[in-house]
Amino acid sequence: MTRYIIRRLAFALFLVVAVSSASLLLAGAVPGDFASGTLGLEGARRDRLEQARERYGLDKPLAVQYRDWVAHAVRLDFGNSLLYDRPVGDLIPERAVNTAVLALTALTLATVVGLPLGIVVGSRHGGLMPSAIRAGSVVLLSMPPLLTSLFLVFVAARTGWLPISGMRSAVAPPGGAALDVLRHLVVPAAAIALPLAAMFERLQSQAMREVVRQPYVLAAVARGASRSRVVWRDALKAALRPIAAVYGLVVGTLLSGSFAVEVITAWPGLGRLMLEALSARDVYLVAGCAGMGSIFLAVATLFSDVALAFVDPRVTE
Amino acid sequence: MSTDTTGLKGPRHIAGLKGAGRAEQAPPLRTAGPGPIKGAGRFSSRSIGVVIVAVWALAAVAAPVVAPHAVDDRFPGLLNSPPTVPHVSFVQRPYIYRWMLVNQLEQRYEIDRGRPVPLRWFSGGTLVQSSDEARAPLLLFGTDSYGRDVFSRLLYGARMSLSLALVSAVGAMLVGMAAGGLAGYVGGALDEALMRTSDFVMVLPAMYVALALRAVLPLVLAPRVVFALLAGIFALVASAARVLVRHVLPAAGGFVATELAMLIPAFIVAEATLSYVGLGFPDPIASWGTMLHDASTNIRVFADFPWLLSPAAAIFLVVLGLNLAIEDAGGYERTLG
Repeated sequence: MTRYIIRRLAFALFLVVAVSSASLLLAGAVPGDFASGTLGLEGARRDRLEQARERYGLDKPLAVQYRDWVAHAVRLDFGNSLLYDRPVGDLIPERAVNTAVLALTALTLATVVGLPLGIVVGSRHGGLMPSAIRAGSVVLLSMPPLLTSLFLVFVAARTGWLPISGMRSAVAPPGGAALDVLRHLVVPAAAIALPLAAMFERLQSQAMREVVRQPYVLAAVARGASRSRVVWRDALKAALRPIAAVYGLVVGTLLSGSFAVEVITAWPGLGRLMLEALSARDVYLVAGCAGMGSIFLAVATLFSDVALAFVDPRVTE
Repeated sequence: MSTDTTGLKGPRHIAGLKGAGRAEQAPPLRTAGPGPIKGAGRFSSRSIGVVIVAVWALAAVAAPVVAPHAVDDRFPGLLNSPPTVPHVSFVQRPYIYRWMLVNQLEQRYEIDRGRPVPLRWFSGGTLVQSSDEARAPLLLFGTDSYGRDVFSRLLYGARMSLSLALVSAVGAMLVGMAAGGLAGYVGGALDEALMRTSDFVMVLPAMYVALALRAVLPLVLAPRVVFALLAGIFALVASAARVLVRHVLPAAGGFVATELAMLIPAFIVAEATLSYVGLGFPDPIASWGTMLHDASTNIRVFADFPWLLSPAAAIFLVVLGLNLAIEDAGGYERTLG
């Protein structure tokens, strides 16, 4: 078990280093740089451009830039954002927290809605309700977060029930700041959660369907255990395994989804920051965002791997 | 219900769990086609899906004939005008009413009920047009903020979005099949390495990968954007590899179609997202993503002029069609891109 966890930890570390390095090198290898992007439009003189490059260290070869960045990064100094003129190490966490809040809310929502529905659908034969839930899932699965957020923004803007963009109101509303953030959270979180809940429902019902067929379930029923006890205790335990496994994979989906949603609903998260950084060729910020994203990924896969190992000890072999 | 457990679902995606998710009684290989769907009556949801996809494919192919207007035809007096609804009656030809601008600032229009404008079949080189194109054009889905016909752009956009998605998906399949076939044939360390790589790629958020790869290309270089999109999307390839290695070779057939039907939605959505955020196709090209992008300068625009959301509806329909077509074949894991 310990060896397994150490192996997964090493993989997580590799993931973070590889992703942030790759994004720095990719962003740095692009023709044009931050100086030509920001000053070039103003028709700046050549020497001003050179000056700016020297100040940001963009005049050095890419390999040297990368070496300097790594040398600083091991001391937890991730460089200055050229765009915001602030240390990347300060800028990222506040945005990352926003994305984490959004993603975790969506994940919780999707789990709370999707799993029970999946259990209900998977443990029954036919019937109106399972068919309706199943149809709803198929429809929602065809609406990735890009579409659900557009649709929800449309509904919210039409009805005026909920705020459609940003994270906080300009003027503090009655009920305090927390309630205000919560109100702003509804549309983006639901946009990510709806398709995810549908996916969980489908996976869970599939897993349930397979477990319910097992002889030991039949045996439990034969011994006179009540239906709800068999479904919600005996069968559910075995049927949770695929979901536990899929949680690690879902993080990628979650981050991808939150990117579209953040852009559409102007949620100040990591995805929007990365988009800004890419558009401005702010290489250090790009690397920082990618690094943070990979930390999310690494933590989540680690968490799901360990959880899976507890549910199903076979994986550590 | 199908008993298939060997496919994309469940814990077999996780490294080190090969085979653990297989239920004891399930047959070892994917069966060729999904079983009948319960309670579906005469029309299975599968055939509905196939019809939806076929209609869109036809619309894309026939766009120049069906679309009443060209991609960049503008009607300067009809910015953001609502759809003109064709009225059908038994005594005369179908007709529409003209929109009259009543409020320039709010772009509010009112119907000119006084004078119906009949429609003309097979005129101006297209299937149907209004008989008075200059003053009362046929605008089935209204116009966008440049005064362009949304319906026509939607059809031309289908060509762009669907062909891009198809080409990318086929490309991804070919690379995945090559890599997977190689891994399966050589086996040993190479197999292990390729499987680890695809495990790794599968957890990456596709959108971020596409963004990062997109960033390698200059922001304004127009035609290469297509290739940038393709390149970004090829990152998804390795995920296909691990599946193909174990399934295409033994039981090809239906699996390839299923895999395609699962990849295409991912690419449609990736194109739409990239174009939406302004990193996709450049302006004059109509794709579903750029149409949403053009409308999205202020998100409230969608509430005032709902017909601008029709590309989103189109994406939904195509993805739904594909999902229905492969229902019960295990095709719901990666539709979220």
